[in-house]
This record gives sequence, C-alpha cells and structure tokens, in this order.
Amino acid sequence: MTSQPEPRPETSGTPTSTAAGTRLDPWLDSYADRTHGMRASEIRALFAVANRPEVVSLAGGMPFLDGLPLDTLAQVASQVVAQQGLQALQYGSGQGHERLREQVLEVMALESISAHPDDVVVTTGSQQALDLVTRVFINPGDVVVAEAPSYVGALGVFRAYQADVVHVPIDEHGLVPEALDETLTALAAAGRRTKFLYTVPNFHNPAGVSLALERRPRIIEIARRHGVLVLEDNPYGLLGFDRDPWPALRSYDEDGVVYLGSFSKTFAPGYRVGWAVAPHAVREKLVLASESAILCPSNASQIAISEYLATCDWRSQVKSYRELYRERRDAMISALTEYLPDASWNVPDGGFYTWVRLPDGLDAKDMLPRAVTARVAYVPGTAFYYDGAGRDHMRLSFCYPTPERIREGIRRLASVVSGERELVEMFGTGNDDGPGDDVVFPAPDVV
Amino acid sequence: MTTSSPLATPGPLGSSAPRVAVLAGGLSHERDVSVRSGRRVAEALRSAGVEVSVHDVDADLVPALTALRPDIVWPVLHGASGEDGSVRDVVQLLGLRLLGTGPRASRVAWSKPIAKTVVSRAGITTPEFVTLPQSLFRELGAGRVLDAIVERLGLPVVVKPSRGGSALGVSVVRTADELPRAMVECFAYGDTALVERAVDGVEVAVSVIDLGDGPVALPPIEIVTDGPYDYDARYNAGRVEYFAPARLAPETLAAVSDVAVTAHRALGLARLSRADLIVDREGVVHFLEVNVAPGMTETSLLPQAAEAAGHNLGALYRSLVEASLAGEPTGLEGVPVH
Repeated sequence: MTSQPEPRPETSGTPTSTAAGTRLDPWLDSYADRTHGMRASEIRALFAVANRPEVVSLAGGMPFLDGLPLDTLAQVASQVVAQQGLQALQYGSGQGHERLREQVLEVMALESISAHPDDVVVTTGSQQALDLVTRVFINPGDVVVAEAPSYVGALGVFRAYQADVVHVPIDEHGLVPEALDETLTALAAAGRRTKFLYTVPNFHNPAGVSLALERRPRIIEIARRHGVLVLEDNPYGLLGFDRDPWPALRSYDEDGVVYLGSFSKTFAPGYRVGWAVAPHAVREKLVLASESAILCPSNASQIAISEYLATCDWRSQVKSYRELYRERRDAMISALTEYLPDASWNVPDGGFYTWVRLPDGLDAKDMLPRAVTARVAYVPGTAFYYDGAGRDHMRLSFCYPTPERIREGIRRLASVVSGERELVEMFGTGNDDGPGDDVVFPAPDVV
Repeated sequence: MTTSSPLATPGPLGSSAPRVAVLAGGLSHERDVSVRSGRRVAEALRSAGVEVSVHDVDADLVPALTALRPDIVWPVLHGASGEDGSVRDVVQLLGLRLLGTGPRASRVAWSKPIAKTVVSRAGITTPEFVTLPQSLFRELGAGRVLDAIVERLGLPVVVKPSRGGSALGVSVVRTADELPRAMVECFAYGDTALVERAVDGVEVAVSVIDLGDGPVALPPIEIVTDGPYDYDARYNAGRVEYFAPARLAPETLAAVSDVAVTAHRALGLARLSRADLIVDREGVVHFLEVNVAPGMTETSLLPQAAEAAGHNLGALYRSLVEASLAGEPTGLEGVPVH
C-alpha cells in the first residue's frame, strides 16, 4: 500500500469526527533534536536474514571466535569469580582497572606507543570511547573531518551529537595529506570550526587500506598546524597479514592525538572492553564523562581480560587470527578475481574488509534485496558516507565465513551483479540519480 | 530466533489451555517484522493463558512440530513462504490445524494482481493496473513498454512488486522519468511488477476477524502520512497519524467495512485478514491489496483496530484460536470459483 495523502475527499469522505489521531508515540514531541535519524530502516531490516545459516553473510564485522581457547577462558572466568569475585562483581574505578591499564601499555607498545597507565581510560568497547570523545568536544554544527568512506559506527555517533561530517578523500595509501590540508584550510576560510579529524589508519573499515608510513608524520603536522585534534581509531592495527604493526599516529604526537584501542577484534567483542589514551586534560574530561554515563566499565570483563593477558599467550592468539584472516582474505580475492572480473577492489594487507567498486551504473543499495534473495549479504557503500555517496561501492567482510563459504558467497554475488546489470542496462538507470541516504546506525553484528 | 519452550506450567485454565505454535521469522525480506509480530502474538496469547511456542521456519521446524503436536499452528510469517501458502501446505501435510487462511486461498491473495482480479469480479472497485514480469521488458524493450504504461494509466502511478508487503520496493511515480528507477527498485524485490493508477484520497486499512460467526470488520483505520507510507513510516512511530475509526461519513465507513468483508469472503480467507483501501474524492472505495498474515507489531494496524474496538488482544487472539479449533479445519475452503 502506498501513500495517497491530501487532499481529503470532499463528499462522503468528508471528516465527520474531530477526534485526535494517534502517532502511536505519546512522547513524539518530547524527543531531543539529536534523535533525528535514529530509526528502523529498510536496509537494517534486510540484515535480519543475514545471520541465518542459509545466507552467506559478507556483511558483518564479527571476529571468528571459534579459534579461541574456550576451555581456558572458562577456567579464567571461573577463577576470576572464585578468587577475585568480591572485586570483579563490585563497582570499580571510572577510569578502569589499574592492572588492565598497565597491560594495555604492553599491547600498545607493539605500535610504538609510549604512555603511562594514568593516560588510559578503559571504556565499554572503543565505541563508548568514540561517544565520550564526541560528547566532550562536539557542539551541534561543529565539524568532524573524516575519511571518505568512514566507519559507519563513528558516523552514527557524530550524527547523534549533531556534528557536521566533512569527508576527505583517501587513496591506496590512506588519507591524502594534501586533501586534508586543503579541506581544513577551506573550512577555516569558511569560518567553520573543525574539532577533530577522525581516522582509522590501519586496515581501514570499510576501505581496507592503511595510512602509509611516510604520510603519518605529515598528517600529524597538518592537524597540528590547523589546531585540530586527531582521533585515531585503531581496532585492527595488530591484524596485519604480512608485516609487523606500524607506529600509531599517537607515537608521533602525545598532545594532539586521542588514541582508541579495542579487544573486540583481536580477542573477543563480548567482553565489551576498549580504551582511550588521551592527553592529560582530555583524559580527565573523558573519565568524568564516562562516570556520568556508566559510572565505571565492567570490572568482571576487565579482570577477565586482564587474567587472559597475564596467563595466556595472547600474542600467539593474535598471530593465529592473522593467519586465519589472511587465508580468508586470499579466498575472497581469488573468488572476486574469478567471479567478478568487472568489479574492482583493493587487496587489504590486514583487518577484515575488502572495499569493492561495482561495474559502472550499478547501485549496491538498490541491489541488496536481490542479494538477500540470492542468500548473500554485504553492506552497501552508502552506509559509510555522511552525504549519500558510495552507492557504487560495497563492503565485503572476510572475517567470519570460512573460505569455502566466502567463495560461495562471491559466486552468488556475481549472479546478483549480473542480474542487476541487465536490469540497469534495460532501464537505463544509473547509480547517481537516487536520493541521498541518512546514516543509519547498523546492528552491532554489522558494524 | 530461538525456539522458546511452551510454558512449563499450565496456564490459568489448566489443562484445557490450547497449545499454539506460532511461526515467525523465515527467510523473507520481512523477517524482521515477522519476528516482532510473532513475539507480540505469543505474548498476548500467553497473557490469556494459552501455551505458546515460537518457531522459526528452518530445518528444525518440521521435527519440532512433529514432536510437539500443537493443537494449532499460527503462521505469523510475512512475505514469501509464509504468505504464499507453502508453509501452510507443510503444516497441513503434517496433519496439523492451521489458524487462518488455507494454502490455496493464501496463494491467490498473495498475488496482488490475481487478488485484484478476484475482488473486482465480486463487484469491488480496484485501480486499473498492469502486471509486468521483468522478462517482458527484456523481450519487448523497456522504453516502449514504459511509454505504453504512461499512455494507458496516466500519471501518477504506483509501482510495486506483485508479491510482498511492508511497502518494500514500492514507489509512487509522478513523472515519466521517475518510472525506470521505480521499476529497478521494484524488481529488486521480485521478478514481476504491478503498476497501478494512483488514486488520490483517504488511505484506510480494514482488519477483518472471524470468531466463528462469520467475518466482521474492525474499525477502519485512516492513515495520514507526511510522505509515502513506506517501511520507515510503518515501523517508526511518529511519521504516521492514525485515526480509528477513520474520519469518514457513516455511510462511507460502512462501505469500506463492507468492501473488506466482501474481499475476505471473495478470496476465501479465514479468521483474520487486512484489506488496504483508498476512498477517493467521490467516496468510491478502491481495493489495493489484502494480507492473510497482517502485521501484528506494536505499530501494526490490526492490533490498533482491535484495541479501538475495545478488544483485549490476548483475549481476542485466544478467541481466534478457539474459534479455529471449533470450526472446520482450514484448507477445506477452496478458492471461490467465478
């Protein structure tokens, strides 16, 4: 059924009652402006089938947990409750468990970050850290500069705080320094206040690229020159396939970077433990903001992770993840080469994602229902832009399905693409005449 | 979705409480809505003392139903196998009772063009339409067919998949150059498009229930939107204003109710349905489509209409169960011959 709005009939259809209608939500007029755009969407609904076993989901960013030593983790959890239960089940520090903050330094040392435990704020996943930083810095209308494309979960946070996101182009070496400089210059000239640069420098979500080593100090220099804070989001940094981790942006500048880390991709997202490393004054505000939001992060989760780090060979676990994901990356690239030769994509050297550009004229968002019918799911590129761009791209995740399933998924996708191409050629439509999309915050298993 | 166990203890009515298996989920584009609908139906039934188990449509379904042998199966499945009759066929193959429309009539109602044809033969007005499979455009050339559509039906037209609900793949086309994109969006959801002349007027949904004494219309609900009544409007409270009963003259209210009941009968539907109608400027009621598994979510129209009529949802749903158990097993009603 479709809308057939005003005008109303004037004869027998004339209203006879002045009774008020209902909008089913008595609080409709009470919501804050920031809730605009928080809503169920058709796209989100389509993902409801993605977790069914019949569907090959290349959509989700879920780590493949089957490789975790679950028996060992069960023992750790049991010991945590038996031996430290009164602490683990109690409220804890708003800044986070002290021993875990010390251990986080060891993790970050792999990326050349040198910090003090006091610089670390433990959060409920790095997603909460994103929220806290945005809450602390953004007034409605402030500008956040972010890569084009950018992590959908961050865009959702920026929208919730009514930021204006301005995208900066990336290439195969990550954020383009000249483009960043030009954008910041233009924004300043226009009298716009840019509060921070949001960047995922390693194995970018969704683009799969990493910021080249030689560009890192240049990005820092540009941000510093423009007086813009850098928000470095680094959940995938340790998941490189063929190289050791590169120095984090934070390692170039202690005062101009807020660094976000996470155990969700390198260990397990179910614990919901991430962290921020911030300059002293910023960190104070983040702790206060976090306390007002959640009082403290989960002690039970933090202590469980702390025990895991202390008693298990977590470096080997990360290494095994790297090997597993490399094999899956290879399966995806091989299948794309075989089945979708007319598309183009990058070959990521780490992380979870390949960013695929569809053949000319195809629209990944329009094509999604057809893909779901064919039992394969992906995330349309529009999810990763603030401005409706990205219709010609899709993010394919290789982290969760087995290589065989990846291959089958790409095979299905190829037939979907082929059908869509026929349709688009038949009707002469392209991917540039559709309406723009609002950022729709995805379900947690899709981010 | 997990399968929940029946209540461990008998409901308030003890061992006489019927045992209902609610089917929800499935693999259709409307899975999400179905899961929510199923949960609502299950909660309401439990509040009325009914033993309820909820099942997804997957490889576990047949073994679960076989083991459980519920008194009746209530498919709260939207789209595809849930509404096209196929799951209903399987339920009957297992020798189980079905709440609602049987498989054959479901198959007819599920196809919007066939349903429109059947109800128009019963004397109901329905917007002029054409049904166009994707393959036809390939064979005849899209441009020529699109030109013919505009020439024949005029503008605006509504383009929608010939099967499916929740307004997925539906567009209102006001200019000829919007038509190609609307067709592409429609064909993303199915291989056949229904293009019908858009009718300007008041949009009304009429739910019909049959508690054993024949189909009766619930208060018609008028739908007023600030844009298309699309997925966003349907499932996010706030974009749509509902009036129950619709703000129509008494004779028009009676007419829309009559059309819904007539359509229900003409299509051989059972127990519950919802007809989507438009009342034009002259007060003529136009039939758009009918749903054999109407939405049952917190924003859906049948529950709103039932509450507007003073029904307690749990009691009403239990009455539907009991009427179904007392009546002829569904599936014996055939498609009416015209």
